[in-house]
Amino acid sequence: MIKFLLMVNKQGQTRLSKYYEQVELGKRAALEADVVRGCLARRKEECSFVEYKDYKLVYRQYAALFVVVGITENENELSIYELVHNFVEVLDKYFSRVIMFNLDKVHIILDEMILNGHIVETNKNRILALLALDKMAES
Amino acid sequence: MSDVVEKTLTALPGLFDSQTGAAKITNRLRQLIKSITELTSKHEEENLIKQELSAMKEQVSSPNTTMKQMREIMVRAMYCEMLGYDASFTYIHAIKLAQQGGLLEKRVGYLAVSLFLNEGHELLLLLVNTVLKDLQSTNLIEACMALTVVAQVFPKDMIPAVLPLVEDKLSHPKEIIRRKAVLALYKFYLIAPNQVQHIHAKFRKALCDKDPGVMTSSLHIYLQLIRESPDSYKDMTGSFVTILKQVVGGKLPLDFNYHSVPAPWLQIQLLRILSLLGKEDQSTSELMYEVLDESLRRAEMNHNITYAILYECVKAVYTIHPKAELLEKAARCIGNFVLSPKINLKYLGLKALTYVVQHDAKLALQHQMTIIECLDHSDFTIKRETLELLFRITNAQNVTVIVEKMLDFLRICNDEHTIIHLVGKVAELAEKFAPDNSWFIQTMNDVFSIGGDLLQQDVPNNFLRLLAEGSESKEEDDQLRLYAVDSYLTVLKGHTSHLPQCFLQVMSWVLGEYAHLQESVDQREVIRLLTQLLDQRSVSSETRVWILSALTKISEGQTDLILDLAESLSSSQDTVLRQQAQELRHLSQDSQLHEWALPRGAPWDGIEVDSSLSFLDGFVSEALAAGAAPYKPPHQRQEELCEDRALNLEPYGFSLPVSLSSCSITDRQSPTLLSVSSGLSGNSTELSQKAGSSTLILEGVKRVWGKDGYLPQKEATAPPVDEPSAAVQPPSQQEAAERIEPRPDPSTQNQDKQQLASSLFVGLGVGSSMSLLGKSEAPPLRFRKKPRPHESSSSSSGTSERSSDSSSRSSRNTTDSFLYSSLLEEEPAASISAFDHTPKSTTANGLAQNKDTKEDRRANTSQILGGDMVIVRPSTIQDKHPPSVSSDLTALLPADLKDLPHSDVISLTSDPSLSLSSCRLFRDEALLLVIFISNCTETVIKDVAVQLTCEELKTVSLRGSVGSVHSLSLGHCPQQTSSVRPLVVTTEEYGKLWLSLSHDVKQNLKLLTDAGDPLRTTLNALKDALQLHVVDIIGSEGIVACRLLSGAPCLLHCRVNGTALAMWLRSPHPALPDCILYHCQRALAHH
Repeated sequence: MIKFLLMVNKQGQTRLSKYYEQVELGKRAALEADVVRGCLARRKEECSFVEYKDYKLVYRQYAALFVVVGITENENELSIYELVHNFVEVLDKYFSRVIMFNLDKVHIILDEMILNGHIVETNKNRILALLALDKMAES
Repeated sequence: MSDVVEKTLTALPGLFDSQTGAAKITNRLRQLIKSITELTSKHEEENLIKQELSAMKEQVSSPNTTMKQMREIMVRAMYCEMLGYDASFTYIHAIKLAQQGGLLEKRVGYLAVSLFLNEGHELLLLLVNTVLKDLQSTNLIEACMALTVVAQVFPKDMIPAVLPLVEDKLSHPKEIIRRKAVLALYKFYLIAPNQVQHIHAKFRKALCDKDPGVMTSSLHIYLQLIRESPDSYKDMTGSFVTILKQVVGGKLPLDFNYHSVPAPWLQIQLLRILSLLGKEDQSTSELMYEVLDESLRRAEMNHNITYAILYECVKAVYTIHPKAELLEKAARCIGNFVLSPKINLKYLGLKALTYVVQHDAKLALQHQMTIIECLDHSDFTIKRETLELLFRITNAQNVTVIVEKMLDFLRICNDEHTIIHLVGKVAELAEKFAPDNSWFIQTMNDVFSIGGDLLQQDVPNNFLRLLAEGSESKEEDDQLRLYAVDSYLTVLKGHTSHLPQCFLQVMSWVLGEYAHLQESVDQREVIRLLTQLLDQRSVSSETRVWILSALTKISEGQTDLILDLAESLSSSQDTVLRQQAQELRHLSQDSQLHEWALPRGAPWDGIEVDSSLSFLDGFVSEALAAGAAPYKPPHQRQEELCEDRALNLEPYGFSLPVSLSSCSITDRQSPTLLSVSSGLSGNSTELSQKAGSSTLILEGVKRVWGKDGYLPQKEATAPPVDEPSAAVQPPSQQEAAERIEPRPDPSTQNQDKQQLASSLFVGLGVGSSMSLLGKSEAPPLRFRKKPRPHESSSSSSGTSERSSDSSSRSSRNTTDSFLYSSLLEEEPAASISAFDHTPKSTTANGLAQNKDTKEDRRANTSQILGGDMVIVRPSTIQDKHPPSVSSDLTALLPADLKDLPHSDVISLTSDPSLSLSSCRLFRDEALLLVIFISNCTETVIKDVAVQLTCEELKTVSLRGSVGSVHSLSLGHCPQQTSSVRPLVVTTEEYGKLWLSLSHDVKQNLKLLTDAGDPLRTTLNALKDALQLHVVDIIGSEGIVACRLLSGAPCLLHCRVNGTALAMWLRSPHPALPDCILYHCQRALAHH
């Protein structure tokens, strides 16, 4: 099960955070800082999974940006690792060449893919179906 | 990765500066995002957000703010909350936005709600009407948004309000709506299983949906259901296998592919479901061998995602009933993983190996050199996983090496969580496999000094319990204690300031209890060492209490030293210490009292505890006579407080007319032996409560595997070594080491590793007694705990429940499916015998009596036609004029069933030629379903084929030779209450039983007020609907009892509370109260 998904840059600024298990607002910043520190401390040749408290962290780095997913022990790390990439590919597809980092849109995309900590959709066309409808409604 | 992705992602951090496309983003939001990216310090961030928040506050309260602006404010609020700043003043506006905004505003409103509010937030109630409205909207987007939010956050209590609407969506023409509806129902199932139990059949429909997306969503529900009760879904194995086959075979539309792999996450989900179904079940496993083989074969592409599937596949192969060929392939697969130069794969390989060695320890042997390399790997994660693996293969022969490796790792590790986790494991291994006393004590010393005060409390507790309770032989026990005493004296003579408190506590307890065993050491020396600790500033006051307790125990005869100490402590600021000092002084001066209070060497289990504190009776009655208020237990006091303050929603004030005083004091939670025996310390109460659960982990491994592995062929190919029979002593280390050297490596630099390997993997060979596979035959465990009588009593409610109640074997939480399973688990005998009556009985045209198709087939008296068709030949045709449906068909019941309580006869269906009715008979231990088939015509009907399709016993279809086909429903809900039976007990028995039950549920129900005596009317209504037994009604309270067939009881206590009926239910079964409550609710609602 997925506990949270974060997008954090190298400076430790959170760009996106979504929690599937209740974490108090006040504790999130500390957790996120911990998580980034954990990921930054790792070298390129080390594996993309780190233990963090009761969770396993699966992280993937895209330029200066880390996508980090906290999962439970029984989850399949490699499948989550690829899920991250799928997510990034969807973002890439939707925002095409000129990406506007719209927090709300990214959340909508993420909500289509992961619900209550479970992977519910991975088909790119279907993930974006709702947003396409929105676009039509907008115009 | 594609170029485009690379480019866009590199652009991500900088994209905030991008001005293109900014038309959609208003100035304020853009300004905020821009400023956030330019921040350089936390302090700046704080200032910026504070400003932003106050600006937003102003904006939201302004009447001129448009919906569109509000939408932008919401996104800004999301940013602020994401950075950790409270923006709760916007929450209500998020709800308003969802309520009143146009499509796009609504979207952001809903999104903000799901981000800001968690389940149970009171504001969510305000959203219910909006959701209801949107669910009914014809606009696809609105319906989607509503379904999404319902599946994310929705108040549990309001589920009934939306449930019918969500259910309707299951047959919506658009796949996206159906998919979201299934996901919403899954969420409902997770938070309120009672509410959705009636739609299990619809889940099946979703599974068979023509759209793969909808089918995929339903798998979440099934994974959950099957995890809770695999047995109930075995019949669906075929369907899951077929689905997986189609997916693997590439039958899905191409856009489900991810990097040319068909729906990988779906495959993983299916593999998880299959492994749960095939676990410990040979026939079910056989159904999936083929598709697992295919999955292993297909996943050859060199991509991470195929490895992820392979990993899941390997796990499945090792979880289900073993098949040699598949195991070999899976093992090869693991081999490829661990040997891979890709570090992520290596990790996954180790994880798979860790899982697999529980079943087949020999696999670790094949990869021993890799494991050794990983042990010294620079990557912390890899190292950590390797230790986990080693932990699983530890046995009496390799324990010293493995524990040493773990301790080495711990010494350089600085992650608290890892330390706690690993140190616990070291302690567990040490306790289980210690080769000798000195090693054990030394290892535990390491555990205490490394783990320190991070340690879980049960580690020191278990250790002390082990020392205290000992084994069978007193001599051995004393040896161990002596070692401990010696070792601790040495430790205490060195530097003590750095020692963790927990270690000091353990040492002082042991010295207090056992220092006298060491005759060569002057007790005065021990006292001196302990007293020294008291002087240290770093010693906590809790530890001081431990130390003083120890001193009290060994103070005998050393009055001079003790009196000084007591004197100096009697002015301490700590009241507990002062009190202990007092005790110390008294006891050291009165050796008789000392002997009586702290008897030396008394057996631990011989100490009797007067838990009712009867020796205080005199004191209490004196106090009462002097006008003191009688004692009230805490919960009663609290209840009374509540009553004073507000409406009391809690029933039961212990006002049952049963004498409770005797019961309430009995040992439901008697102080445990040790807590009393270590008397004065008073802080070891938990010592024995945590039973030796930690010792059982490996023994729980199911023995699907023979002593010699899983394969007959393997036996043949095993190295022709002189194998000592497994029953005798394990071979010496050397022998084993020689045998398991699989490939002789001539290079000398590897020799160290080889040596390490031989010591690590000793005992895992074919011939040696494999500790993993056969714990029972492993060399006798060093420390075997004595069976502890009071432990069994504390868990007895659990075990007796299991043995007495067949239905509770299924540990599902779903209440009705749980009732239902008990229905099917009934032994077949009853139904067969009932069936035998059929031909003889004088029925109208024929009487088929059944519970389930499976049992139907077992009945030899009928002829079985193909699938599940059974022909019942009516022997006599007596009644030419079929009774009208309402007439008394029950008169036609066989004689021995006539006296059973039964439901009304319900007419199921009829056509011009045939009519069908059914009736339920309640036996104590089973539910009988009687189906009446009546001929409505004048002509004789020769063959009637009854086909019972048992889809959760809901429908029956009838095919008559008359040519017509009927599909009938047996009705659903009343069915599920049919396994409830009255439990006849007296009020007194009820009272006792009540106290012994653990699971309780309270709720207010509707009171039927239309008659003179509401309580009696309501209870009678419940009695009629659910077959409860009303034990007694006293004033405004009533007690009612029932049971599940002949199994678990459930007691109900009802009290009239204004216009409501406060109901409190208790049962030994966790799910039963909920279930009964649900049906009471229904019964009253339908009244």
